[in-house]
Amino acid sequence: MANKVFSKDAWLEALGGLKEHYRVFLPLKDGDFFTYKPIEEAKKIHFDYDNTRLSPKGLIFPQSERMFEFSLDTQDPEANILKEAPKDDSPRAIVGVRPCDAHAVGLVRRNFDNPEYRDPWWVKHVEAATYVGLGCNAPCATCFCKSVGGGPFNEEGLDAMMVDLGDRFLVRALTEKGEEFLSRVQGGEAADEEVLKEARELAQKVTDEMPDTVPTGRLKDLPVMALFEAPFWEEVAFACLNCGTCNYLCPTCWCFDIQDEVYKTEGIRLRNWDSCMFPLFTLHGSGHNPRDQKFQRVRQRFMHKLKYYVDKYGDGVQCSGCGRCVQFCPVNIDIRRVCGLMDAYEPGA
Amino acid sequence: MENPYLPYPVRIDDIVVETEDKNLKTFKFVFLNPEDEEKFAYTPGQFAELSVPGKGEIPIGIASSPTEKGHVTFTVNKVGLVTTHLHNMKEGDVMGIRGPLGNWYPWEEMEGKNIVIVGGGFAFTTLRSSIVYALHPDNRPKFKDIIVVYGARSPGMLLYKDELAEWEKRDDIHMHITVDATDDPDWKYNTGFVPAVTEQKVTSSENAIAIVCGPPVMIRFTQPVLEKLGFPPERIILSLENRMKCGIGMCGRCNLGDQYVCKDGPVFSLAKLKNLPPEY
Repeated sequence: MANKVFSKDAWLEALGGLKEHYRVFLPLKDGDFFTYKPIEEAKKIHFDYDNTRLSPKGLIFPQSERMFEFSLDTQDPEANILKEAPKDDSPRAIVGVRPCDAHAVGLVRRNFDNPEYRDPWWVKHVEAATYVGLGCNAPCATCFCKSVGGGPFNEEGLDAMMVDLGDRFLVRALTEKGEEFLSRVQGGEAADEEVLKEARELAQKVTDEMPDTVPTGRLKDLPVMALFEAPFWEEVAFACLNCGTCNYLCPTCWCFDIQDEVYKTEGIRLRNWDSCMFPLFTLHGSGHNPRDQKFQRVRQRFMHKLKYYVDKYGDGVQCSGCGRCVQFCPVNIDIRRVCGLMDAYEPGA
Repeated sequence: MENPYLPYPVRIDDIVVETEDKNLKTFKFVFLNPEDEEKFAYTPGQFAELSVPGKGEIPIGIASSPTEKGHVTFTVNKVGLVTTHLHNMKEGDVMGIRGPLGNWYPWEEMEGKNIVIVGGGFAFTTLRSSIVYALHPDNRPKFKDIIVVYGARSPGMLLYKDELAEWEKRDDIHMHITVDATDDPDWKYNTGFVPAVTEQKVTSSENAIAIVCGPPVMIRFTQPVLEKLGFPPERIILSLENRMKCGIGMCGRCNLGDQYVCKDGPVFSLAKLKNLPPEY
């Protein structure tokens, strides 16, 4: 696979030249935080963020997405028949993705692309995307990717990886898509062994120094009903406001709602991110609600990520350790602590 | 790529008001594209999303049997936005159905066995599908005795009254219809709650599978009756309802632990449910 080294200025210029091949999205400064935006909106590109406020999941699973369009005009012979909404699935490059957010794509894939059903929009948006990662030279105090199957230079889910070497970026292709991306980037020089070694050593050092603090090893063997009935859920949920911030910031939360909207005789069916923190999420038409209490909803979120998912797919937790929910929970509920409580639980003790 | 969210366009062919409170109507749908009927190949116990453009979708059990060709029927209780709108629709109106979705009653396992069907209220829909299916001449020889206990609040609240009367006359199905209470002097069937009538009329669990579908209170009190009769939890089959949107295990709201009611259910054995969080 190809490797190239760019001076930082040359790299920024090269990204600007990709427009004819890709719609390029990258983190841009937006007030006091970063958010993924089209490169056309860039005044200045800084690859110096910890991470973006919202994860890049919205670029393939939009917060609100049109599914179908229809006419309610009684004169229209096609009235009330749903038609797929047109989509732009031209190639898009998502540049500067932190490894946790790329790892999350694989975790979510199991939901949207499985042997029984394929979600056509999610699948096509992912197929259209080239993920160009940015290794983490300085993980945050809230990061715990290393504890959940990832790492600050983890390559899973990425097509190419940028490594910040101070005054230069090393960009390494990791997949065919990444190879194609790199071939279209103008400038740069082939990386020599010295640069590759420097990058390897950096990655090794940062990875080694990052603490591995969140235990997950017992989760799969603990009985599901014992964890469900564990005594700590009321306490875990005590301060929760059910605001849903954790859901919206999470790169692995995939739940959605489907709604119809109508203007005059034109209608659309759309899906929107939803939140298991909201009572309406599970409210039956009869008025019965299987999760009508706050602690039940909080329990659902953690049990889904840390137990149900683990049992269903047998390959780790549904969390990539990005730490957004830890940083931005208004009442400081910390998934690392909850995971620790669950993992250490002794049924009947 | 097949789009599992795209409903098949259908036309409402017939609407029957089922109950005296007029809150339950049976809708008979015909596919606008005849080839869609083949794609909508279902088995009793499954459900579909009824799609009313501009209002939304609702998951409803399929009330017709795959042995009934040319149409598919659903009995809908009027409760919320979509169902209320549907109740106001007319024959000839176009809408959508999406499915079939979910699993079905364990038909293969039931072969060579007695089938005990216990239903209450308006949950009788997929049980109707099952009875019509099992009584079909191609299928009837596969099963031994078919025993049905079906109850409603009052005679006027029973679904499918004409068919119930016909099944009563047959000798290859044992019908035990009941109402909670009635002041109708001509009422010729049972009076009493479903669990009590089940206890009276179902005498054996030998070589039998029980399918139970009804309101939670009925299920709660029928379960011990069946267990007392000797039904092990593996042979007590329940059909659940949860709020749903996608119907294909993606939108995330109908789960019980690692199972989705929409995709891994709605049919679960009691044995399976005993190891799942009771969030239904």
